[in-house]
Amino acid sequence: MAAPAANAPVWLGLTRVVLQRIASALLTLLLVSIVIFAAASLLPGDAAQEVLGQSATPEQVAALRHEMGLDQPAVTRYLDWLAALLGGDPGRSYIADMQVTELIGARLVNSLSLAGITALVSVALALTIGIVSAINRGSKLDRALNIVTLSLVALPEFLIATVFVLLFSVKLVWLPSIAMVSPEATWSEMLRSMALPVACLTFVVSAQMARLTRAAVADQLDRPYVEMARLKGVTFRRIILFHVLPNAAGPVLNAIALSLSYLMGGALIIETIFSFPGLASLMVNAVTSRDMPLLQACAMIFCAAYLALILIADIVAILANPRLRS
Amino acid sequence: MPPAGPPPISRRAVVGGLAGVGALALGGCGASSQRRAPAIRGSIRVATQLSSTNDTLDPAKGATATDYTRHFMLYNGLTTIEDESLVATPSLAQTIESADRQNWYFDLRRGVRFHDGSELTSRDVVFSLLRHKDPATGSKIATVAEQFEEVTADGKYGVRLRLTGANADLLTVLAQSHFLIVKAGQDSPDGTGTGAFRLGDFQPGVRTVVLRNPEYWIEGRPRLERVEVIGIPDEVSRVNALLSGDVQIINAISPHSTKRVEAEPSCAIMASPSSLYSDLVMRQDELPTGNPHFVLAIKHLIDRPLINRAIYRNLSTIANDHPIAPFQKYFNAEIPQRVLDLDKARWHVRKGGLEGVRLPIYATTAANGSVDMASILQEYGSKIGLRFAVNRVPADGYWSTHWMRHPMTFGDTNPRPTADLIFSLFYDSKAEWNESGWKNERFDRLLVEARGSADEALRAEIYGEMQQIVHDKCGVAIPVFISLIDGYDKRLKGIRPIPLGGLMGYRFAEHVWWED
Repeated sequence: MAAPAANAPVWLGLTRVVLQRIASALLTLLLVSIVIFAAASLLPGDAAQEVLGQSATPEQVAALRHEMGLDQPAVTRYLDWLAALLGGDPGRSYIADMQVTELIGARLVNSLSLAGITALVSVALALTIGIVSAINRGSKLDRALNIVTLSLVALPEFLIATVFVLLFSVKLVWLPSIAMVSPEATWSEMLRSMALPVACLTFVVSAQMARLTRAAVADQLDRPYVEMARLKGVTFRRIILFHVLPNAAGPVLNAIALSLSYLMGGALIIETIFSFPGLASLMVNAVTSRDMPLLQACAMIFCAAYLALILIADIVAILANPRLRS
Repeated sequence: MPPAGPPPISRRAVVGGLAGVGALALGGCGASSQRRAPAIRGSIRVATQLSSTNDTLDPAKGATATDYTRHFMLYNGLTTIEDESLVATPSLAQTIESADRQNWYFDLRRGVRFHDGSELTSRDVVFSLLRHKDPATGSKIATVAEQFEEVTADGKYGVRLRLTGANADLLTVLAQSHFLIVKAGQDSPDGTGTGAFRLGDFQPGVRTVVLRNPEYWIEGRPRLERVEVIGIPDEVSRVNALLSGDVQIINAISPHSTKRVEAEPSCAIMASPSSLYSDLVMRQDELPTGNPHFVLAIKHLIDRPLINRAIYRNLSTIANDHPIAPFQKYFNAEIPQRVLDLDKARWHVRKGGLEGVRLPIYATTAANGSVDMASILQEYGSKIGLRFAVNRVPADGYWSTHWMRHPMTFGDTNPRPTADLIFSLFYDSKAEWNESGWKNERFDRLLVEARGSADEALRAEIYGEMQQIVHDKCGVAIPVFISLIDGYDKRLKGIRPIPLGGLMGYRFAEHVWWED
C-alpha cells in the first residue's frame, strides 16, 4: 500500500510534529500547574487547618504550618515545588507524612490496570459494534445497536454500577461488591474483584466509542472513492479494511484516546462505588485535604497522560492515512 | 413515609425501583441467604465511613472512627472503659492512687511488652502523656492535656502526675484513644504498641491490616486472627459490601438504610445511643443572634420529634438544649422538655423587635443532619415572620471558614466521656470552641468547683444547675442526640452497644469472635 520511497520525508515530518507537540505539552503542563496551584490557593482553609480539623488551636495551626512550609509566601512555595520536580522529586505529602511517589505508586498501577483491561475489552467491542452498524446502515440490526448504545450513553455510570452491584453481589452473590486489590490476592482473585468495575466502565466508554466509529465509517462509506472502488470490483471486505478504515482512523483514534484518558483520571464514580484505590479518588482526597504536592503530582500525571494519548492518536492517524502522510 | 423526605425522585428510589425489577427477573434463581464467609478463619474485614491520606498511626492525631478503631487495636491506655457502665478501670496501670485528685500516682503492670519485645516502663508513659503539650505533635486534645502540670517517672514502673487543679474524672479522660501509650522516643508512632493486635500492613486511605498478638498481656484475648480495616466512604456501597458478605462489620449506616440491612437474615444492626449532636450556633457577639429573645425564639421553633422521625427514623434521642444526654452521668431530668411552641416563639420575636429579620443559616454535610434541620427551621421561621435562607456549604474547609464565623452556623460535637470535658471544651467562656461566644460567670465558677469536688451528690447538683443555665441562656440549640448505627454479620459474636461511639466505642476488635 504505502509507497516505500515516501518513507524518509514521513519520518522527518513526524519527528518535527512530535518535537513540536512535546514542547507545547511541556508548556501546557507548566500552565496547568500554575492554574492548579492558584485555584487550590483560593480554596478556603489550608492543609494545616484541614489536618487539625474542628479541634485546631491557633498555636497548633502555626506550628504545623511552619512544619509544612505553609508560612512561606505562595510564589516561593510554587517555585520550590517546581525546582524539586524538575530535579525529579515531586515532594512530600503534607498530610500522609510519606513521599508523594510512594503514595501514588501503588495507585497508579491500580488505575493503569483498570484502564488497561477496560481498554482491551471496550475498544474491541466498540470497533465491532461501530463497524457492523455502519455497514448495515438502516437495517434492523443497526437500529437495535443504535438504541442500545444511545441508552448506554444516556445512563449515568453510578446507576449502572449500583444496579450491577445489587444484581451480581447482593442478590446473586457471584462477584465481590468492592474491588479491593490487595497485594496478597492471586491473579484470578484480582480479575474477579475487578470484573464489575471493568464491566461498568466498558459500558460507559464503549458506547461513546461505538457511536463515533459508526459515524466516521458511515461518513467514509458515502464518499465517491468508495463508489469508485466498488465499480472497479474491489471486494467489500477489502474496501472496508484497506480504504475506509484508514481514512476513518483519525476521529476513531481520537475517540479512543479521549476515552482512555478518561479512564485514567475520570473513573471517580466507579472508584467511589467499588471502593477502588485508584488515582482519581486520591486526587479528590488531595483537594479536600489541601495537600498541594499530592494534588499537583496527580494533576501532572493526568495532564501528561491526556496529552500523550492524544499525541499517539494523532501519530497513528497520520501513519494510517496516506493523504496525511505527505 | 415521612412527609419531609428527599426530592420526589431520588437516586435511591430509582435504584430501588430497578433493583425491584432485577429481583423479579431473578425470582427463580434460588435463595441467596448463604453469604460468603471470610477466607481465613477468624479473619474479618471492617468497613468504616472515612479513610483518606489523613489516616494515622499516631493516637494523638486520631480524628475519625477509623483512626480510633485502629489505635485501640494496636495500643493500650493507662485506663480502659469496657462496658456500658462507662466506668474507667485500670489497664496498663495496675493501681492508681490519689488523695486529692490533683496529685496522682500510677503503678504500672509488670512484664507488659511492646510488639518489638521491649518492656513497658514509666519512660514510655511519661513520654506519651507529655507529647500532647508540644504543639509540634498536633495533638487533637492539646487543650485537655494543658491540665498536666508535671509528669515524672518514679522508678521503672511508677508515674507521678500533677494536675493544675483537681480533676475527679481523670481516669475516664485517660481511657480515650488519644491518651493511648506509645513507645518513648517515637515522635511519629509506627504502630508499635502493647495492644491486642500487631500491625501487618498500613496504607493511608487504602487499608490497615492487623494480626493477633500471641503474647498479649490479657489472657484469652483477642479471639480474632486478623482484622482488615478499609474505608468505603459511599454509604450505599458500604451497606452493599456488608449485604454481599465482602465485609463483616460496617459503621455509620444512615437511618434510611436500616431496613435494607434488617431484611437480610444473616445481618443485623446495632444502634448505639451516643452524645453526638449537631447544634445550631447563635453567636452572642453579633446581632440579631446576640439578642436573648432571638435565642429563645429559635429554641421554641425546633420541632424535635419531627427531626427525630424524618431525619433519624426515630433512632435518635430527643435533646433539651443542653449537651448532657439522658443516659450520661449527671443528666438533669428535672428540666422540663422544651417543645415546639409557635406562640412563645412569636412572643419572643415581638418582644425582641425581631419581626421581618432576614438571616442566612450555614449548614453542611460535615455537621450530621444540619441541612435538613436548617430547612425545617426555615419552614417554621416563615410562620412567625423570621426569614431564613439555608446556605449549604461544602464539608471541606467548613470548620476553618464557616463554623462560628457567621451569626448562625451548625456545629457537630463528638461524644466526650465526661460532663466536665463537654462543658470545659465547648461552654467555658474561655474555651477555644465556645461556639456561641457566650459568657456566664456563674457557669464558669461552677465548672471549676465541680471538677475538684469529691462529693458525688454535690457534683450532681452542680452539673444539674449548669445544664439548666445552658438550657436557658446559652446561644446553642441542641435538637437531638444522634445514635450511631453499625451493621454486622450475625456470625460475629459478642457485639453490644457501648454509648461512647460506634463499633462498641471503637473497641470491638479485642472483644468479638467469629462463629460459623
